[in-house]
Amino acid sequence: MTDSVILDVEQLTKTYASGSRTLTVLHDVSFSVHEGETLAIVGPSGSGKTTLLGLCAGLDAPTSGAVRLNGIDIGPLSEDERAAVRNQHVGFVFQTFQLIPTLTALENVMVPAELRGNRKAGARAKELLDQVGLGDRLHHYPTQLSGGEQQRVALARAFTNSPKILFADEPTGNLDTETGETIQRLIFDLNRSADTTLVIVTHDLTLANQTERILRLRGGEIVSDAAPGAASDAVPPSYRAVGS
Amino acid sequence: MLDNWIWKMAWRDSRGSRKRLLLFLSSMVIGVAALVAINSFGDNLERAIDEQAKTLLGADMSLERDEPFAPETEAIIDSLGGEQARRVSFASMAFFPKSAQTRLATVRAHEGDYPFYGAIETSPPEAAKSYLEGRNALVDGSLMKEFGVVVGDSVQIGNASYRITGELLKTPRESAAIMLFSPRIYIPLAHLDTSLVSFGSRAEFEIFFKFEPERNVDPDALRDELDAHREEYDIGMDTVSEEQENWGEGLGNLYRFLSLVGFIALLLGGLGVGSAVHVYVKQRLETVAVLRCVGAQSKRTFWIYLVQAAVMGVVGGVAGCVLGLGVQLILPRIVADFLPVDVDFGLSWTAMIIGFGVGVGVTLLFALLPLLTVRKVSPLRALRSAFDEKKEGRDPARWLVYGLIAAGLVAFAVVQAQDVLIGLSYAGGIAVVFGLLALVAKALIVLARKYFPSSWSYPWRQGLANLYRPNNQTLLLMLALGLGTFLIMTLVLVERTLVSQIQLAGGEGRPDLILFDIQPNQVEGVTQLVSDQGLPVVGQSPIVTMRLHSVKGVTIESMRADTTKRVGWAHGREYRSSYRDYLTDAEKVVEGTWVGAYGQAQGFDPGDAGLPPVSIEKELAEQELYVTIGDTVVFDVQGVLVPTVIGSIREVDWQRMQTNFFFLFPAGVLEDAPQIHVVMTRTETDEALAQLQSAVVQAYPNVSAISLSLILSVFDDLFGRINFIIRFMAFFSVLTGLFVLAGAVMVSRYQRIEESVLLKTLGASKKQVFKIMLIEYLFLGVLATATGLVLAYGGSWALAAFVFDTPFIAAPLPLLAALFVVTGLTMGIGLFNSRGIYARPPLEVLRAEV
Repeated sequence: MTDSVILDVEQLTKTYASGSRTLTVLHDVSFSVHEGETLAIVGPSGSGKTTLLGLCAGLDAPTSGAVRLNGIDIGPLSEDERAAVRNQHVGFVFQTFQLIPTLTALENVMVPAELRGNRKAGARAKELLDQVGLGDRLHHYPTQLSGGEQQRVALARAFTNSPKILFADEPTGNLDTETGETIQRLIFDLNRSADTTLVIVTHDLTLANQTERILRLRGGEIVSDAAPGAASDAVPPSYRAVGS
Repeated sequence: MLDNWIWKMAWRDSRGSRKRLLLFLSSMVIGVAALVAINSFGDNLERAIDEQAKTLLGADMSLERDEPFAPETEAIIDSLGGEQARRVSFASMAFFPKSAQTRLATVRAHEGDYPFYGAIETSPPEAAKSYLEGRNALVDGSLMKEFGVVVGDSVQIGNASYRITGELLKTPRESAAIMLFSPRIYIPLAHLDTSLVSFGSRAEFEIFFKFEPERNVDPDALRDELDAHREEYDIGMDTVSEEQENWGEGLGNLYRFLSLVGFIALLLGGLGVGSAVHVYVKQRLETVAVLRCVGAQSKRTFWIYLVQAAVMGVVGGVAGCVLGLGVQLILPRIVADFLPVDVDFGLSWTAMIIGFGVGVGVTLLFALLPLLTVRKVSPLRALRSAFDEKKEGRDPARWLVYGLIAAGLVAFAVVQAQDVLIGLSYAGGIAVVFGLLALVAKALIVLARKYFPSSWSYPWRQGLANLYRPNNQTLLLMLALGLGTFLIMTLVLVERTLVSQIQLAGGEGRPDLILFDIQPNQVEGVTQLVSDQGLPVVGQSPIVTMRLHSVKGVTIESMRADTTKRVGWAHGREYRSSYRDYLTDAEKVVEGTWVGAYGQAQGFDPGDAGLPPVSIEKELAEQELYVTIGDTVVFDVQGVLVPTVIGSIREVDWQRMQTNFFFLFPAGVLEDAPQIHVVMTRTETDEALAQLQSAVVQAYPNVSAISLSLILSVFDDLFGRINFIIRFMAFFSVLTGLFVLAGAVMVSRYQRIEESVLLKTLGASKKQVFKIMLIEYLFLGVLATATGLVLAYGGSWALAAFVFDTPFIAAPLPLLAALFVVTGLTMGIGLFNSRGIYARPPLEVLRAEV
């Protein structure tokens, strides 16, 4: 971890219109993440975790407040400008893997680099797939891979452009315990070796406890922001009833 | 913009869907093929008519008259010079002694070296010239086959017998279709039984000219010179350029019909592509969201799919052109009998380029609308599977595409119809249909929600509710199924109308054999002959030919001299009128009073006392002559002026195959005028028909007989050939419709799976689950098809009335059949897609990322 801030969230508020009512999903959320830091965002269902992740990664625009990613205020950017920022600075891992079904494992991993016009995308992708243990499954389609293998391909894709920050949304949520643990290990290994900042949204406290810092949300607000095991980090029993 | 990555992604993304895309594209391929085939056929036909223009007439110029030429005309003919040939044509019964059978034929008695251009083709070839050297005849091939006669047998026409020296294969100016209706027999003029063309008989006297090239005679200039004389003596004149024009016009309906087929086929193609892309894009939204997440700009993702659509268009265009060329090899053969010239197969680059361009254009335009969605896909969709896209405001691009589709449709319709008004009506009609279908779909959604029948059983309520619940498929299926049904059934109904137009004879008691050209002194004998054969005389009419001399006190001659007056065909034509003291069931007086016998009028005030009151046909009165009750009309009955007054206006059902008349006189006026008679009978069997024909022709050689059943069978044959093309295309269109439907239903499949499994988990039986789905598809199928059918009914009526100018014949059976078939297929495909759902364990389905 360095002193420079990679993600700076300031008084972030997000509301949705729900029929005639306005639903506030996030309210006045502020925090920052340093380069190389690992952070878990936890909270009960409906607490605004995924919304926060989406806003931080520039997938959505806030109602008010600001998000600065690697020093860039992404609020005023157009959707296409945000896409360029994502391509350059951000990696993603999703709960449902989100591989493109018509692309092979190798092609899926190549996409972010190809989007940048990188002609050596293939070599880099092969290297990454080797790292996640799928060097022999390069030309398999997602449907020919198990859930764990698919998530490993997704991980390799997330690191293709050597992102500054990796956002993971319940990366083990759709996997059995054993596979989940493998993926967990891989995420942290790759993160360390690439010196990437890691932001994970999860219900899985084992996973959350492996990060350096846990941000707890409830009702769209931060209720605690501390290192795992810290006094303020007492996990309320309700969090144990996981389910997404 | 179009970098390598877009091409690469477009290719990769199409994996697994290529076959399906090509299948969806089949509709476009068929559409383009139809267009290429029809347009290149049109081009080839036009070229053939241009190249063979002179053979159309067989001469540089011709004069014709219903009577022998007057001495004054003969003097002019002499002065015109050039090479000349004469011909007298008339309808007569031909009797074949070998089989003792008769048949109405068109007899052409020739003198001279006609045709000067082109040739009469015969078997053996030398017979084409040698038949003129004695009492010989050339007989149409179909006639020889029908009666089993061969070269060397004889044929009797009137009282003269001829030796058949050749079989007529092809003659200038006459298409095989015409020959089928009234087969030709050529004889030398020198050996004609002149009693057949005596006064009162219907015969055509023609003279053909071939001018020496060095004289540079312009027949069209001659026409103007001879105008006054021709008018005075009622002489018709034909030149090469006019003949060329006439054929162009004559083929208009055929060409218009084929163009309509091409237009509809391509629209169905567009619809197929549009629906396919709609389904395809829906399945790709997740992929688009992921691409957006990893940094793809919306434009680039949009281009991936636009490239795919363009490639589809190109593939469809090329395949369509190739198939079109194949069809073009067959098409001239199928319609060859309608044509006066040989149409050779020739590659029409114009037709190919237009077909290809329109194919690519229509594919892109119809694909563009669903593709626009790609631009607006939020990357958030990748995070949340149940992500609801934000409702965007009005997307200007969407309106632009609507505008482009409308403009493209109008341009294409106008080009295809080759008539701005008809083209605009086609395009407008389609727009109205589309709008109405959308309206009905929206109304259905609103009404089903508002008047929801809460008393219905659960499956019915659930099935009905599926019509308006979120992500319903009501609008999509209503448009795809409704428009598809509309287009196909419009074609079917128009085709039925065109065929039914001919099927006039059927029905109990209606005549099926007409005997005509009966002289007054033969009427009794002929009716007796009919009765002797045990057949009924269904009707008998005297026919008196006449022309109009004056209308409302203004003579036709002065009308012609006055350039401000409109003189139409109705003023100048020859009328065949009748007289009787009753009306038939095909006639209905709509204005005035029908007076059956002159001098016995009761309560009738003609306004111009003393004149015989005649009855006029409604359309002629209102649209051509502009006369009404009380107006005077003077007829020139073969030299004698007969003043009359309009006493009644009547509607006439021209579809009834009986002798109908524009003017009907009361009894007591025309009895002494020169006249011929027509006797109608119903023979019921072919044997009775043949026996009567033989008996009549032997006793009264000048009397002709025409069998309606024969006309019907010939028309059936000709339309059968065109039907083949239409049905062939309709079959593919229906097939395309099914794929479109299957695709549309597939989109809802996943949603239905989840629901069905939930219902199952909650205790619904297999039967209940299927019933709910079946009911939803039943509602959709019935409503979409019914709407399409109602619109098809209106559309084909409008086409019949305004484009083909023929009365619309409603055909309820095909409509009913379509309702059952399309609804059945909708339900069938819906269920087929849902197969296996019930067998799956709830947990598996609920967990799967469906």
